[in-house]
Amino acid sequence: MLQRVGYSLVALFGVVSIVFGILHLSGDPVLLLVPEGATQQDIDNLRHALGFDRPLYVQYFEYLRNLSRVDLGVSIIQQIPVLEIVLSRVSFTLYLALGGFFVAAGIGFPVGVILGVFRGSLGAKIAVPLVLVGQSMPTFWSGIMLIIIFAVNLGWLPSSGAREFSSIILPSITLGALSMATFARITRACILEEISKDYVTAANAKGISFTRVVFHHIIPNASLPIITVVALEVANLLTGAVIVETVFAWPGVGLLAIEAIEARDFLLVQAIVLFGSLIYIILNLVADFLYAYVDPRVKLVATS
Amino acid sequence: MPAGPNDLWVFIRPVWIFVLVLLCILLIAVFAPFVTSHDPNYQNLLARLKPPGYSTGSRFYLLGTDELGRDLLTRIVYGARISLLVAFLSVSISLIFGVLIGMVAGYFRGFLEVLIMRMADIFLSIPAILLAILTVAVLGPSLLNLVLVLAFTRWPRYTRVAYAQTLSVAGSLYIKSSAYSGASNTRILMRHILPNILAPLIVLATLEFGLMILFEGGLSFLGLGVQPPMPSWGSILSVGRNYISRAWWIVTLPGICLFVVVLSVNVLGDFLRDKFDPRSLGR
Repeated sequence: MLQRVGYSLVALFGVVSIVFGILHLSGDPVLLLVPEGATQQDIDNLRHALGFDRPLYVQYFEYLRNLSRVDLGVSIIQQIPVLEIVLSRVSFTLYLALGGFFVAAGIGFPVGVILGVFRGSLGAKIAVPLVLVGQSMPTFWSGIMLIIIFAVNLGWLPSSGAREFSSIILPSITLGALSMATFARITRACILEEISKDYVTAANAKGISFTRVVFHHIIPNASLPIITVVALEVANLLTGAVIVETVFAWPGVGLLAIEAIEARDFLLVQAIVLFGSLIYIILNLVADFLYAYVDPRVKLVATS
Repeated sequence: MPAGPNDLWVFIRPVWIFVLVLLCILLIAVFAPFVTSHDPNYQNLLARLKPPGYSTGSRFYLLGTDELGRDLLTRIVYGARISLLVAFLSVSISLIFGVLIGMVAGYFRGFLEVLIMRMADIFLSIPAILLAILTVAVLGPSLLNLVLVLAFTRWPRYTRVAYAQTLSVAGSLYIKSSAYSGASNTRILMRHILPNILAPLIVLATLEFGLMILFEGGLSFLGLGVQPPMPSWGSILSVGRNYISRAWWIVTLPGICLFVVVLSVNVLGDFLRDKFDPRSLGR
């Protein structure tokens, strides 16, 4: 367990270093930070003020020290600490991810059960295209299509923004589609794994009704490995939110990232990437722990 | 993820239909100038936002025009070139690089193994889209940068598979015997190990190809990929978004193309996975 946490810390350190490396890949990070049309004098002043004229390794240690104090710098544009800006938008992304999760789980799990238990039935024949479509649909297109149908033509739901509660419906469906397909496939695989085991044959032979076998025996056993995938899928929902938020002008962290790029607010972009990676690493860690928790046979040791 | 028999695609068994669709789109992309007589960047401001089937006497617009009066069909056809090119290049680069260092890690073990596999872990723990956003923000958006960013973020997937496969092959007798008979390490890696680990890598590359097309579309949609006036399905969609109430075709049609290509690639990838590698790759 400690070893696994250690790996996460190494990964975090690596991410931080990569972000630093990318920032300096352009040669002169100051040019990323100054507004267009700045004079050479302005550039030199800013370079000195931010310490970019010092040797690279000095900057690197300074950067690490600031990060360890949770100091991500101040937005050049807004003159507010970038972390404050990010945190003010986090809740919107969380709502959206939650909405996407409800859609994904609410459709994905039942569909997976149908695909696993009633293979070849009419229900499965309807469910397969659903999974296929969900898996192959680009979110930036399906989102626009939903807007055209439900907002522009039918006028049932708002097309963008987050002013009323119903605003979250279309973005959630859009975001949830891909994870829905993942949930359905994994549920199906887990159920197929269980259904061929001896205890199911035994239960059938004892004359227990099929519904009871499915709901009391197969699904509880199959759900253990499924749970572990959930944490990973939440991580995917959070990163998928970048595009969906842009489509629906949903004011979360993803839209913030795009706004920050357009405003050339580089420290803000950096903060979002670091923040997102941190959440991602934590969720991966949680997934591993869940896996070990539901299946004690799994030992948390290095496999690679 | 537990493994299970994978017959999800049994209802669409004729995989060849999807292969045919892919081939058609590939041919259309390659022979784009012969498919359409329009210039993808020719603007006719008098024919802005015209619906499919619009005709100006001398010119016929089968799929209508966009906001600058350019022929939408032509832009979609040329957009296929961009999508396929970006996906092909980024998959090739990350495949070659990822497989090479994965094999090195699995064959030589020791310090190299630790270094390479830890790097792969680190890269996998950055969400690809965030890494892409950061890199494009620093280097500026362009076709080349897009390819590099995608390759840069995806190589660890190939490394992991190549590494695991090499580990399982490297202990075999035939590898040992060729080593004892004096074959060089390069020869063992290239002539003996590589052909034996190729199948799951091809499956992975196919599925990644579909994903790369989606990534290209997504990043171009966000304005971080291919830049106008170069036509890309993602960038056409992103501009067409402003005209959804007046010109539904601009956003609808390129999206359908994207969807069909990705769907076909996914079906093909899953088919190959069933064929080559009955156990799931764990993705």
